[in-house]
Amino acid sequence: MMSTVDAAETGSAPGIGAGSSDTPPPPEHTAETAFARALQRIARGDLLVVVMSFVLAFLIGSVLIVIADQEVRETLGYFLARPSDALTAIWQSVSEAYRAMFRGAIFDGTGYSRAADSVREAGGSGTYVLIPALSAGLRPLTETLTVATPLIIASAGMAVSFRAGLFNIGGTGQLIVGAMAAGYVGFTADLPVVIHLLTCLVAGVIAGGIWGGIAGFLKARFGANEVISTIMLNWIATYLLFFALKTKAFTGANQSQPTSPSIGENAMLPPLLGDGFRLHAGLILAAGAAVLLWWLMSRSTIGFHFRAVGSNPRAAQVAGISPARTSFLVLAVAGALVGLAGAVHVLGTEKRLTEGVAGNIGFDAITVALLGRSGPVGIVLAGLLFAALSTGGRFMESSQGVPLDLVQVIQVLVVLFIAAPPLVRTLIGLRRVDHPGAAARVRRARRARTADGDAGKAAAASGAAAGAPTHRAGGPDPDPAPDPGPEADREAGPAPDADRPADPQEDER
Amino acid sequence: MSTAPVVVADDSAVERALDDTRPASWWHLPATTTVLGLLALVFFGLRGIPGVESVYVLARESDLNPLGIIPESVTLPSKGGAVAFSLLALALSAALWVLQARVARPRARLRVTLVVVFALAWILAFMTWVISQRTLDVTTLLQGTIVLAVPLAFGALSGVLSERAGVINIAIEGQLLFGAFGAALIGSLTGSVWIGLLAAPLMALIMGALLALFAVGYHVQQIIVGVVLNVLAIGVTSFFFGTVMRENPSQFNAAMRLPTLRLPVLADLPVIGRVLFDQNILVYLMWIIVAGLTVALFRTRWGLRVRAVGEHPKAADTVGIAVNLTRWKNVLLGSAVAGLGGATLTIGTGVAFGEEMSAGKGYIALAAMILGRYHPVGALLAALTFAFADSLQLRLGTMTASEGGVSIPGDFLLMLPYIVALFAVAGVVGRVRVPAADGQPYIKQ
Repeated sequence: MMSTVDAAETGSAPGIGAGSSDTPPPPEHTAETAFARALQRIARGDLLVVVMSFVLAFLIGSVLIVIADQEVRETLGYFLARPSDALTAIWQSVSEAYRAMFRGAIFDGTGYSRAADSVREAGGSGTYVLIPALSAGLRPLTETLTVATPLIIASAGMAVSFRAGLFNIGGTGQLIVGAMAAGYVGFTADLPVVIHLLTCLVAGVIAGGIWGGIAGFLKARFGANEVISTIMLNWIATYLLFFALKTKAFTGANQSQPTSPSIGENAMLPPLLGDGFRLHAGLILAAGAAVLLWWLMSRSTIGFHFRAVGSNPRAAQVAGISPARTSFLVLAVAGALVGLAGAVHVLGTEKRLTEGVAGNIGFDAITVALLGRSGPVGIVLAGLLFAALSTGGRFMESSQGVPLDLVQVIQVLVVLFIAAPPLVRTLIGLRRVDHPGAAARVRRARRARTADGDAGKAAAASGAAAGAPTHRAGGPDPDPAPDPGPEADREAGPAPDADRPADPQEDER
Repeated sequence: MSTAPVVVADDSAVERALDDTRPASWWHLPATTTVLGLLALVFFGLRGIPGVESVYVLARESDLNPLGIIPESVTLPSKGGAVAFSLLALALSAALWVLQARVARPRARLRVTLVVVFALAWILAFMTWVISQRTLDVTTLLQGTIVLAVPLAFGALSGVLSERAGVINIAIEGQLLFGAFGAALIGSLTGSVWIGLLAAPLMALIMGALLALFAVGYHVQQIIVGVVLNVLAIGVTSFFFGTVMRENPSQFNAAMRLPTLRLPVLADLPVIGRVLFDQNILVYLMWIIVAGLTVALFRTRWGLRVRAVGEHPKAADTVGIAVNLTRWKNVLLGSAVAGLGGATLTIGTGVAFGEEMSAGKGYIALAAMILGRYHPVGALLAALTFAFADSLQLRLGTMTASEGGVSIPGDFLLMLPYIVALFAVAGVVGRVRVPAADGQPYIKQ
């Protein structure tokens, strides 16, 4: 039954301790089972879980939309009299919300055709139509990339700490101080072109590193729990920003407004697609951050220390790596990366400091790093995805009146589902994959009966043909090893639900 | 020191042995208190405003105060008072130096007492400085402390319940938020504040069930589940707040308040009367639950089993305790308790539900639990400490808005509880022993 356990599928998720703890059984080599095995591979694979996680998360999101929709609630009031009304209303509100989300995140079809029409009216054709139309249509995608930029960099920082076994929840604080430092240098200093930008970025990195380093120091020196200390530092940084934006040093001439002046021209990250789009060179830095994460964790000595302490602090200590010193370094490096994200956000996107400059990036970065399994490719993909969801969500909020919080719920649900593959498989009816014990029991029962004689064998065959045996082994079997005999192949039927246990409680423990 | 000398030849050997056993970090605590004391002396004392007075109001005329045992108010010279309190703090630091340096293993009780008295002296120095030229009503300050401590204490108890059974509970924030949401929503829908009070723990159970499902059932990393569930709670409640509740606040989100239960006679005592005996039912419930849980955890069979599950699940399993079932139950129970704390935020204080209204209280509750060493009473004391900082912040915030005297930027005051929590967790009390199996999923072989 478990002939095709994909070993690479489990355990590649530092931080997410999800998992199937099944031991791989001896392989079975029969041509008939090839199809079944392929199905098994799909059922056990990551891809199915990821896809189904999204489907389930969006389904739950639809339920929220439906509950919140006044019209739907009204039509549900007379559901029994005219169910079609309610169903239409449900379909309307859900599909329009998600359509708006797509339109706001990836491709704006309306904008595309409107731009194309206006160019055609002016007498253009061919590429003269295509280019402005595409630029209108793809505008949401560039927005998504813009939003993804700081998110990816911050997630790289989070990934460093997660891979080292430290739970840095302080993204918000590190981001804020990074943004504050970069912004301050940005609008006060007056330096030449490239140097100014670099100084600002370095300022952000140093500030974030210090902020992360405080938590690291408290952890290394006093054993303070980093979860608590980073969260407390988030609040401290938040109020520090509020305070700073009331002082003359940060607000400039207009002290009544809690915003800073715009940063200098030289300090801004240059736009990538011209002034019409917000997308800026920070995207390259984001790609760089992902590469840096890969190099740091997979190629460098210090990264090796990080991972060693993360997987087993005691063994690392025996090997001569100081866990205390390493945990300080980890949080400082993580903070520095998150600080860079803050700097990039303020220098590229926001261009000035405001009270809400950090937004949700700090917390989103945690979920992105988890979703991306703290790997460079993973966080880039997850970052793009989360950015798409939130830009789409913003459009959905303005056009459909569905609050942006829905996106947050969907994001979180995706992370939760992906962290627990067995739950997803249970929800979509593939529970059997995670409970192979049931199949082994069926097999044992069958073997017992085949030993009884020909009549028993016939019964077993018919049972297998029926596909849903409702019996199980009578007594406790001292031998838990799966039986690799020829009978075993027979019940590897193509239907994934073929022999789910008749008694689900049975294999709960 | 693993091997003690059997025969002691001379005193120097004893000295050396003592030096060995004294931890290398023995000087941290007295050094910290000395620095803090000096800061207080310089900033609150010597740099204070001379010639003005600070007034503490203690009793009111209507109080039951025979012969005026408790004076109605105490007036101190601001500068002189702050200097005196700072000097007292410094004297206590000196005592700590002696205690820590001389005794190999300082008696913990004495040390804790010294630290507590030091903290009191330091806070009094600070307050005397900050209320120069003004009047502080001590009763209001303490009353606020209790009210603010309730959500923290319930949250910390939720943490104690689940972490004693070995499940890390970062999701306290979400449980508080769901409790607050449930109390406001169901209370408004039914029009009864008591039904709202019942609904709060039930609503928080949803969070608890999710935590248990993922942490116990599916062995997902528990810190991650907690953090993610908090975001989920914020998302879900904000979503409904932005849609259903905003459309029709009178039906779905009305401001309601639990009645105040005033105990006759006792409530008329000066200072403590109004602080302890003139509160709503949640405050009384807090005392009862703390006491009950302390007894239950440390004096009953149930408590022994819970602790066994949290310390050594395999051993517990061997003697027939259902480990994961116990964990499920404790997480659910804990979340219900936290839900009561959430109810304090809405129906306990008479405000409607607001977006993210728990504002990090769940995390402070977590800090309180750790600071309270996973003990209900300790958690309560820590919660009271944080609540005091918060209450002081609120009083001073309204006070410093007026002219004259010392003024501290409001944002620094808002930071105060978090700074206190950070320092507390960073180890004024030293390292805390965590339940051995905390955070480790139990997979039966």
